[in-house]
Amino acid sequence: MSTVSALAKQRTPIRPARVLLHVFLAGTALAWLAPLLWAIFSAMRPYSETSARGYLSWPHTLNFDNFKNAFTQSDMTHYFGNTLIIAVPAVLLTLFLSSMVAFYVSRFDFRINLFLLLVFTAGNLLPQQVIITPLYRMYLLTNLPGITASGKLYDSALGLVLIHVAFQSGFCAFVLSNYMRSLPHELTEAALVDGASVWRLYWQITLPLCKPAMAALATLLSIWIYNDFFWALVLISTGENMPITSALNNLSGQYFTDPNLVAAGSLLTAIPTLIVYFVLQKQFVSGLTLGSAKG
Amino acid sequence: MTTDTPTKSQEAAAVPPPGRASEKKRIQQGHKRLLTRRDRITLAFMAGVPTILHVVLVWVTALASILLAFTSWDGIGFDSIKWVGFDNFHQLFTDNPQFWPAVQHNVIWFVVLILIPTPFGLFLAVQLDKKIRFSRVYQTAFFLPVVISLACIGFVWQLIYNPDTGLINSIIGANKPGHYIDWIGDPKLNLWAVLIAASWRHTGYMMILYLAGLKSVDPSLREASALDGANEWQTFKSVIFPTLRPTNTVVLVVTIIEALRAFDLVFVFNKGAQGTELLSILVTNNIIGESSRIGYGSAIAVVLLFISLIVIIPYLIATFRKERRA
Repeated sequence: MSTVSALAKQRTPIRPARVLLHVFLAGTALAWLAPLLWAIFSAMRPYSETSARGYLSWPHTLNFDNFKNAFTQSDMTHYFGNTLIIAVPAVLLTLFLSSMVAFYVSRFDFRINLFLLLVFTAGNLLPQQVIITPLYRMYLLTNLPGITASGKLYDSALGLVLIHVAFQSGFCAFVLSNYMRSLPHELTEAALVDGASVWRLYWQITLPLCKPAMAALATLLSIWIYNDFFWALVLISTGENMPITSALNNLSGQYFTDPNLVAAGSLLTAIPTLIVYFVLQKQFVSGLTLGSAKG
Repeated sequence: MTTDTPTKSQEAAAVPPPGRASEKKRIQQGHKRLLTRRDRITLAFMAGVPTILHVVLVWVTALASILLAFTSWDGIGFDSIKWVGFDNFHQLFTDNPQFWPAVQHNVIWFVVLILIPTPFGLFLAVQLDKKIRFSRVYQTAFFLPVVISLACIGFVWQLIYNPDTGLINSIIGANKPGHYIDWIGDPKLNLWAVLIAASWRHTGYMMILYLAGLKSVDPSLREASALDGANEWQTFKSVIFPTLRPTNTVVLVVTIIEALRAFDLVFVFNKGAQGTELLSILVTNNIIGESSRIGYGSAIAVVLLFISLIVIIPYLIATFRKERRA
């Protein structure tokens, strides 16, 4: 037996403390999942059964009828579509714009760089409610006949995309500029000497090197924008135009008439985020900690 | 190829920054001199377009909030804007029965988050950092609430708190007429009920931040401490925790900002009815409610802005000072 494995064995014997730790962690993890499990349990039971026997009773029927009904009755596909129209352009635009700012800030010292980065970072930390009153008025006063269905920025997908991009680009610019600063300076230096244009420097040299950070931010942004409730609540007036997360509030009164349907409906809205999370967990977590590790 | 103006480079030469920075500066100056006119225009667009979008939608509106707070406006025509001085603030501080409770609830929100889920998140992170089996599974469970939208969390917890059909009242038998415990409606209980849901989410968030912080702790520190005969708690207290300082700063700022932004959960729960008023809710009700008083709503927003800046400014100064040094 080599010394290394002997050491490893020595370090991890089956100790009572470890067992206790596992019991504690498993118990806590289960408690953490309990609210969601309870929602799933309620959603899988027919309303007639729970109203007759109470919610805390042994289930006789467990099926996905509530999910099916919640999905079709409220025309959820339509609202998922609304979210898609908003989230996809918003994520792409945010990454595009913030990476340009980050490139500028991290590669060229034009004096105002620090100030610029400060403006972006501070803007991202503001509570949304600080700016919502003038923003709401601004959106109402901006006439865009022919461009949006409402003829204004208000009540349009375009308006939501713009505010998402403006708000989220602060965080992304901060993270990406930190990331780009860690890339060797000689890289762009050499290309510049060779006569490459600034755009090539950005698009063909810097951006491909930022793929890991961009992937992490894309995952994070998708989930954040998908989960947004506030902007759409205030800046969209027509219920039909709402993205899914904000629509949930209206739908729960209109179509989800009993708690079981509410449970099914709200769980359905969580499914896309959960899929993204489980598939891209590493990107999501690294994105979240990218910004803070340096801070 | 150099299009750099002579005055600019002279200026730069006149004040050479000390130490390593000067070397870096020289490289960047070199960068600058290689730029063509087209490059400069490209750069101006690259920095300009995002900045204009961000400044117009975030900073101009924030500034407008401050200005509008001193006016009264019905929002119909610009000529109906009237300067009223501190009237809105005076009314807010003395006449609004919801204002001080809202401030108090925002403060409670922060205190609860920083005292309960934050240390618990740190505790979980320390346990999960011990290279134990199934660490990933546990992490996923604790972190799941952070991924789900707050609106969805609001609905999920309503299934637990509902007086008739909820889990808690069903378990303790308080779901019969006469025995109701109204977790959502009772102003003495509802804030705490919402805070449990908020803490449930916040714990996972803090755990992830601390796990990242712990990963960057030098393992030799821990070994040295173990060799010195320190037990687990001593090692944590005097070796690990002090090195987590950068993470602690981030955690503090994140928690304060979360407490100021708190909105979705309460809005879904009971629209911020009595017992759960928050500054964010008051601002929003002023827009989507029946009576839209723009100046008054802005005054509440300014209070929120003021509190946020007390946190944001020192944080940014500290962060960017460090960055300048680096």
